[in-house]
Amino acid sequence: MNFPILSVITFLPFVGAAIMLMVPADRKTEVRGIALATAIIDLLLSAWLYVQYLLGGMTGYQFIETYNWLPALGISLKFGVDGMSAPLVLLTGIVMFTGVLISWGVYDEAHHISAGIQDRPREFFAFLFLLAGGVFGVFVSLDLFMLFFFYEIAVFPMYLLIAIWGWVKTREYAAMKLTLYLFIGSVVALVGALVMYWAQYQNTGVLSFDMLLMEKANFSAAFQYAWFLPVFFGFAVLGGIWPFHNWSPDGHVAAPTAVSMFHAGVLMKLGAFAALRVGVMLLPEGAKQWAWLIMIFAAVAVVYGAYIAFVQPDLKYMIGFSSVSHMGLVMLGISTLNYNGLLGAGIQMFSHGVMTALFFAITGMIYDRSHTRQIPELGGMAKIMPFAAIGFIVGGLVSMGMPGFSGFVAEFPIFMGVWGRQWFVAVVASISIIITAAYIMRNIRKVFFSPLPEKLAEHHLTDITILDKIAITTLCLFMIGIGIFPSMMVPMISKGVENILRLLGGA
Amino acid sequence: MDFLSTHLLSLILFLPTIAALVMFFLPSGETKLLRWFAFSASLIPFVLTLVLWSNFDPDKTGFQFQEIYPWYEALNSSLHLGVDGISVSMVLLTTLLTPLAILASFSVTDRVKPYMMLFLFLETGMLGVFMALDLLIFFVFWEIGLVPMYFLINQWGSANKDYASLKFMIYTMGGSLGLLLGIQMLGVLFGTYDLVALYERWNALDAGAPLLGMTVHTVKTIAFWAFTIAFAIKVPIWPFHTWLPDAHTEAPTAGSMLLAGVLLKLGAYGFLRLVLPFYPLEAKMFAGALAFLAVAAIVFGAFAAYGQTDFKRLVAYSSINHMGFVVLGIAAAAAAAGTADAHIAMNGAVLQMFNHGLSAAGMFFLVGVIYERTHTRNLEEFGGLFPLVPVYGGILIFMSMASLGLPGLNGFVSEFLVVRGAYPVLKIYTAVSMLGLLFTGAYILKGIAKVLHGPVNEHWARGEHKLTEINTREIFVVVPLMVLILVIGIWPAWILEVINKAVVALF
Repeated sequence: MNFPILSVITFLPFVGAAIMLMVPADRKTEVRGIALATAIIDLLLSAWLYVQYLLGGMTGYQFIETYNWLPALGISLKFGVDGMSAPLVLLTGIVMFTGVLISWGVYDEAHHISAGIQDRPREFFAFLFLLAGGVFGVFVSLDLFMLFFFYEIAVFPMYLLIAIWGWVKTREYAAMKLTLYLFIGSVVALVGALVMYWAQYQNTGVLSFDMLLMEKANFSAAFQYAWFLPVFFGFAVLGGIWPFHNWSPDGHVAAPTAVSMFHAGVLMKLGAFAALRVGVMLLPEGAKQWAWLIMIFAAVAVVYGAYIAFVQPDLKYMIGFSSVSHMGLVMLGISTLNYNGLLGAGIQMFSHGVMTALFFAITGMIYDRSHTRQIPELGGMAKIMPFAAIGFIVGGLVSMGMPGFSGFVAEFPIFMGVWGRQWFVAVVASISIIITAAYIMRNIRKVFFSPLPEKLAEHHLTDITILDKIAITTLCLFMIGIGIFPSMMVPMISKGVENILRLLGGA
Repeated sequence: MDFLSTHLLSLILFLPTIAALVMFFLPSGETKLLRWFAFSASLIPFVLTLVLWSNFDPDKTGFQFQEIYPWYEALNSSLHLGVDGISVSMVLLTTLLTPLAILASFSVTDRVKPYMMLFLFLETGMLGVFMALDLLIFFVFWEIGLVPMYFLINQWGSANKDYASLKFMIYTMGGSLGLLLGIQMLGVLFGTYDLVALYERWNALDAGAPLLGMTVHTVKTIAFWAFTIAFAIKVPIWPFHTWLPDAHTEAPTAGSMLLAGVLLKLGAYGFLRLVLPFYPLEAKMFAGALAFLAVAAIVFGAFAAYGQTDFKRLVAYSSINHMGFVVLGIAAAAAAAGTADAHIAMNGAVLQMFNHGLSAAGMFFLVGVIYERTHTRNLEEFGGLFPLVPVYGGILIFMSMASLGLPGLNGFVSEFLVVRGAYPVLKIYTAVSMLGLLFTGAYILKGIAKVLHGPVNEHWARGEHKLTEINTREIFVVVPLMVLILVIGIWPAWILEVINKAVVALF
């Protein structure tokens, strides 16, 4: 029997969380050590998985594992990855690893330095890993029921993580808003999924949540037209699609750094991925019918998100709205339903995940030291933390789609895909590139290169720790690597896209 | 040796980047080591370019030293490099000016390491545009060059650097938006980005056939203007020039040298490589409009230069004036494509690109030399400096005369060719441009008079303000430029032969 790598990747975080909860609460260093070790193993396993898939020239679903769970209802624990989900598994591994690194922090009472998570790290990491395990589960599930199961597991710890460790001023409001939005979205999607389950039974006599079987369920066109919208948008809420996005920036701002990284880096991908897998792949006729609507919403998100980000004085809100804009690009790519657009959407999910994790990590490092995120109050950070400045610049260049970085590799095919459908939308959406360049450059200059304000000079700010630097380097390497050598990722996602196009009937 | 001859272009292209990456690991305190390392690293591409030049066969049509590597296979884009007579002279210009600019920067003491690294990155960016035979690669390098230039102006510039650098960035990125969309449209239509393939297939399109819901002619006209505006901003052509005086004035001396010497040429090169071959009919149709803008640049550039009180701004506006001749030559060649007049005008335009690169770099350097000593660029504070710095004065007069177009120096040859080629085609425009040339003489003489002539300037003659003579290192920077200026002025055949063959083959 083959090594059950997907189950190990998925359940390892739960095991790690359980072990941590058994350690006494005051043994903070040990707790962190366990967290880091778990994260490293998961990162290595997901990287191994990725490399196997890429170099092995694999196509379709691989590493499939099936275990019975509730056979009477046709529910089984079925795992497998294809070219679309394997990069996202790797992404989760990266964000988990870097998230643990930057949460480690430093505590120095004499200099009033308290960075990372110093309050109850045991519980924090346990919840964070619960979240990570849920995310892994969604990406590898081939069973619709299990997908929901893990989806809810991923959403629930967010509430606690934000409400307990979040920013004091808005954490309760934001946690409530986020949870309500996401639960409403997932309930709507769940209703759609149950309807699909019964329709499949009526059509084929098979009682199963297996998505590979559902692909062949012969849903009637009228059925697909009717149920595509609830399923797609139910999930897309988590993807931050306009006009259901406004939980997202609030959530980002209130969340502690590592949670923001997970939230923007991985959770939003969860929404887009589930919308793609369940909505577009199982209801392809519905997708074709409603693609125009998604395209309009996505194009609005792209431009509107960029404009709002442009006027934000709070660094985290700025990144939050830039995430709305960039996730709009993912949705835009999905809405084209053609090769280029879907390819770009797949790369953009990975690229944006790494980029935004980096942004939030650095913002957290700045906030932990300066105790402000207001852009007008910041300045001179390049002298204090030069390494963070380089990281932020790299992230900024990815964000504005500069060639040579992963953002370009992702955005270019998305726009090409849109050209293939509706050239006018491509022209409108491309305006966001300029707006993004303007706010990114302006903020880099203000936060990092303007003179250090007197108020901050009194704080005796310190440089970031070596762990922070490792996290920044890891994230940057992926963005530059893919930007210079697209073949590190493109052939793989291309396989996933071919699978989707097959379901769409070669459209 | 075999490896060298088959990988010559990629070696020239990527050696500066490799050197910059090596520099990252050198100690940042060792400024002397860093300076000499950067300088010698930039000499290697220059030596290789001399090898390239001597092995280049002007009689062959088409591109030589072609290299092709896979890059973004999913989009059918590959790293396709190659040079013809036009690009080989631009490559020579770039690899010559970069070491000189680095040598000119030996007086920079602030953060030497990132400064030198940015210059080396910039060199790769510029060379890539000249070598690219793939539309996507062209765009990649086109955009990449912006980033180091932005940071050079933003970090090492003078007082108003923030405004100038952001304006430079947003203007050029805004311009390249149209280019980006145009490139995407071509890519979607033909499924390839290879220039050689695109030349044939794009022009073979039936002019009456529908395309994106419009006629091919309409689409081509829109795309023509999208490309033209992108390149016009970079050249810059009036009225898109306003970023240039700001960027030049605030940039550090070596930055201005490369900005005027090479970056402006990228725009003109874009006209030659993309606009004229892709849109011959549209270019012919709108040649009058282009000529009008060129003449406006010549005349207004000269007037504006005359009105300046800032020495550097005067030189900056003179760039607009001189680049106007390049565009005039291009317009004439577009209007009379295939005739001897067109070839003469085009020869003049390409040679003018090369010549302006030499003289503008020299002029900006000389402005920098005096600015470093006096910390002012205000012409009113100069005057009567000739007796204090006779060697500097002599060099300044030599450079100014080259810029003015004195027979025997290089500017005369190229401007004469442009005017000779353009006159039969665009009589009135050429006549008006000659009036502009009159004012070129006026502002250059004004500049010399304001700086050098008049009674001995007591303020700069003694005491703490005593003006020191140009030093040996600075003479080494300027002498190669002076030699080339003189050689091309007396015997232009060696370079014109290379350019001419390519021009005749292309247009």
